[in-house]
Amino acid sequence: MKIAIIGNGIAGSTAALTIRKWSNHEVVMISNETEYPYSRTALMYIYMGHLKYNHTKLYEDAFWNKNKIQRIFASVLKIDTINKTLHLTNNQAIDFDKLIIATGSKSNKFGWPGQDLKGVQGLYNIQDLKLMDESSKNLKHAVIVGGGLIGIEMAEMFHSRKIPVTYLVREDDFWNHVLPDEESDMINKEIRDHHVDLRLMTELKEIIGDEKGHVQAVVTSKGERIACQFVGLTVGVSPNIDIAKEINIDKNRGLLVNEFLQTSDKNIYAIGDCVELRSPTPGRKATEPMWYTSKLMGEVVGKNICGKITEYQPGIWYNSAKFFDIEYQVYGDIPNKTMPHIESIFWRHPDRNHSIRINYHRLDKNVMGFNLLGIRYRHTVCEKWIKEKTHIENVLQNLSLANFDPEFFPEYEGKLIKEYNALNNSSIHLQSTRKLSLVQNFLHA
Amino acid sequence: MKNDLGIHIDPSMSPAYLSLNLTVKQKLAIGLLSTGLLIQFIYWLSFSGDHATQWFIASIVLAITGASWYIYDTYRNEPWGIKNNLNWFSSLTNRGVWAWVLAVFLTGFYVLLYWYPALLGLGDPENKGLVKLFDPLSKVLNGNKASQWFMYGTIYTLIILIMGIKFIFKYRHNRYQIYRTLSVMFFQTIIAFLLPEILQSFHLPYNDFKNIWPLNYYFFFDWHIDEMIQAGTFGYFILFWGILSFLVITPILTYFWGKRWYCSWVCGCGGLAETAGDPFRHLSDKSTKAWKWEKYIIYSVLGFAVIMTLAVLATRFIGNSNVFFFSSYDLSKWYGFFIGAAFSGVIGVGFYPLMGSRVWCRFGCPMAAYLGILQKKKSKFRITTNGGQCISCGNCSTYCEMGIDVKAYAQRGEDIVRASCVGCGICSAVCPRGVLRLENGE
Repeated sequence: MKIAIIGNGIAGSTAALTIRKWSNHEVVMISNETEYPYSRTALMYIYMGHLKYNHTKLYEDAFWNKNKIQRIFASVLKIDTINKTLHLTNNQAIDFDKLIIATGSKSNKFGWPGQDLKGVQGLYNIQDLKLMDESSKNLKHAVIVGGGLIGIEMAEMFHSRKIPVTYLVREDDFWNHVLPDEESDMINKEIRDHHVDLRLMTELKEIIGDEKGHVQAVVTSKGERIACQFVGLTVGVSPNIDIAKEINIDKNRGLLVNEFLQTSDKNIYAIGDCVELRSPTPGRKATEPMWYTSKLMGEVVGKNICGKITEYQPGIWYNSAKFFDIEYQVYGDIPNKTMPHIESIFWRHPDRNHSIRINYHRLDKNVMGFNLLGIRYRHTVCEKWIKEKTHIENVLQNLSLANFDPEFFPEYEGKLIKEYNALNNSSIHLQSTRKLSLVQNFLHA
Repeated sequence: MKNDLGIHIDPSMSPAYLSLNLTVKQKLAIGLLSTGLLIQFIYWLSFSGDHATQWFIASIVLAITGASWYIYDTYRNEPWGIKNNLNWFSSLTNRGVWAWVLAVFLTGFYVLLYWYPALLGLGDPENKGLVKLFDPLSKVLNGNKASQWFMYGTIYTLIILIMGIKFIFKYRHNRYQIYRTLSVMFFQTIIAFLLPEILQSFHLPYNDFKNIWPLNYYFFFDWHIDEMIQAGTFGYFILFWGILSFLVITPILTYFWGKRWYCSWVCGCGGLAETAGDPFRHLSDKSTKAWKWEKYIIYSVLGFAVIMTLAVLATRFIGNSNVFFFSSYDLSKWYGFFIGAAFSGVIGVGFYPLMGSRVWCRFGCPMAAYLGILQKKKSKFRITTNGGQCISCGNCSTYCEMGIDVKAYAQRGEDIVRASCVGCGICSAVCPRGVLRLENGE
């Protein structure tokens, strides 16, 4: 059997590796971005001089041939679903038995005047990064629009090259449609501590160009004009389904797939950012443009193609990010606003950027989610507590098991317990340490 | 010049972000540091040898003040966090012109130190030049004029102290890094530098108690054993301690904590690599090819050290210098030349700016090889990965000074158990998703 994969992001390359793990099927991966799969999430570090492009490759170049995963560096012109053939820009035609579409997403643009001027761009792929680097050469001032993860990464990138940034965020706190108020507030401060001119509750109205078609200023919703030579549009992404426009499969915003990640054509699967799930798990979105879900989809589709029928079940929600110098980890359900059925305990370091939040059910008292800033928690331990609906007091007593900070780091679990005791008139105390053997006993119990 | 992604790194283009933009204070600090170093340089060239005490104090005080001030002013107002910006763009840390200048200077210095110490001023009965500058301190500590090794030891210690302070400032958000650095600063200053000098002033044999065979390759040499036996009880204690360190202490500590207890907490070579070598750690080669070479070379050196030592001991007991078809005398001489001097010194430190800070520790050190076998086969130490949080970014592998492709394990959620890992903890520190943790437990 021959499997063609369009796209070599984390979804596509994980699919290729999974198929190789379970079968000897012929695998060919087509990409117009790079010849070898690399980590898109590392783009910022290339710009900042932490890494070179080579360091961001998932594996050494020789790895792919050794594992008989063929790579073609070209674009797909046309998918012929009847003859099961791909026509490529390099005039090649690739036959396939099964096709996996993993074309990722596109940066959003919301029809702003001037959004296609030179110097205006999003940041999604390596071509965007090169463009951004070119634009940075004589850059005096940059404006970034959109309070999300890419926007703050862009701000950090410019900061590393000492380029002044004005950052327009629509919400009244950074990423406040995801983070609770207290955490958002910490990130606001972190952004400003890095000398970024953060403008909250401010939207982009218009981008103004000069006679050469290059951006020279933006006008904000508050009527202010800000001179700049670069505008970063980081207002989210949408599924990139251009390639599938012509073919007869069900689509909405993304390519519609069932729980086996199969499209309406049984020989075509779709995974990653370009997907829209027909029936997502309750509480989850139909399109989740994320590294972790894409990787998982790659594994699931690989197994399904190799006859190991597996449903896509994303499990307990988790995510992580880094906001300048503050690491962020989340496990489980952490809504940004208070909910009647959820009780939340929160501790924050008085001077440093560390905070812990644990949510639990108001009546049943079972733990529902963990939100960490500047502190590392163990994924497996938190997941097990959430899955098993562990009582909050049981979790608090054993909270050290979750701590994943390096040795000698101060442990703040006791502080959080104090918050809980004060609110509940209880006298819980820590009964465990973060010793690995204890963690393993817990996980295997 | 463009790098592999077409990002311009040509200094002649001098993008604004590459210019240093020093503050007045930083300029003054660099001025002090340079004056201190210039005094040493002129003193070396002039070969006059007058007023050594005054010039020594002046140069050291100026250099330390300047360096500390610069470090303080650079990091004082920086927020806590990882400081790797522009590493792959700057000439010194990306094998540019300045890196080559530094590499030539360092290798040149080691060549003079090992084979032409007279050019540094070593003389009989009187020192001249650079070595003479260190006479006063040597006389205070052990009563004799300086040797080139005393001069080297002093400079080595000062560099570990100054660059250690820099490292602590840089990683002041990370207690593991702070404690580890204080530890190597302590072992270098007290155990490796001061204690042996003080022993000598009490007419006891010179000994660095943390320098363990086979790193200390002359431990079983005739002259060394004789010297210890002549020194009486204390000499016997040194021999006993040396054997105990190798046979008992090392395996036990490595069982509980991995080889890091030595390589990144105690050892002098490690101490220099972790402090002065830190700006170059990302230059180590991560390819599987380099890993292959590493295994061939380091275990060959270990084999060489063992055979050489056995031959030397055999000669001592059977009295015949021809063992294993070789002259044990020649064998030890070759080892001293190729491994002891050329590999550990000239290449080991001289190549910092080109191949990273752990060339010797990774490819050459027989002690690291021994510790590595223990770590791989009989140790609780490992680096664990945090569930599915890895984003394959590559920071861990890039900043691994030992050239371990940490990411290859982390992205598959596997524990990292590698003979070469010195447990510096930088992979865990630079991970932007909190994926890696150094652990002592199964």
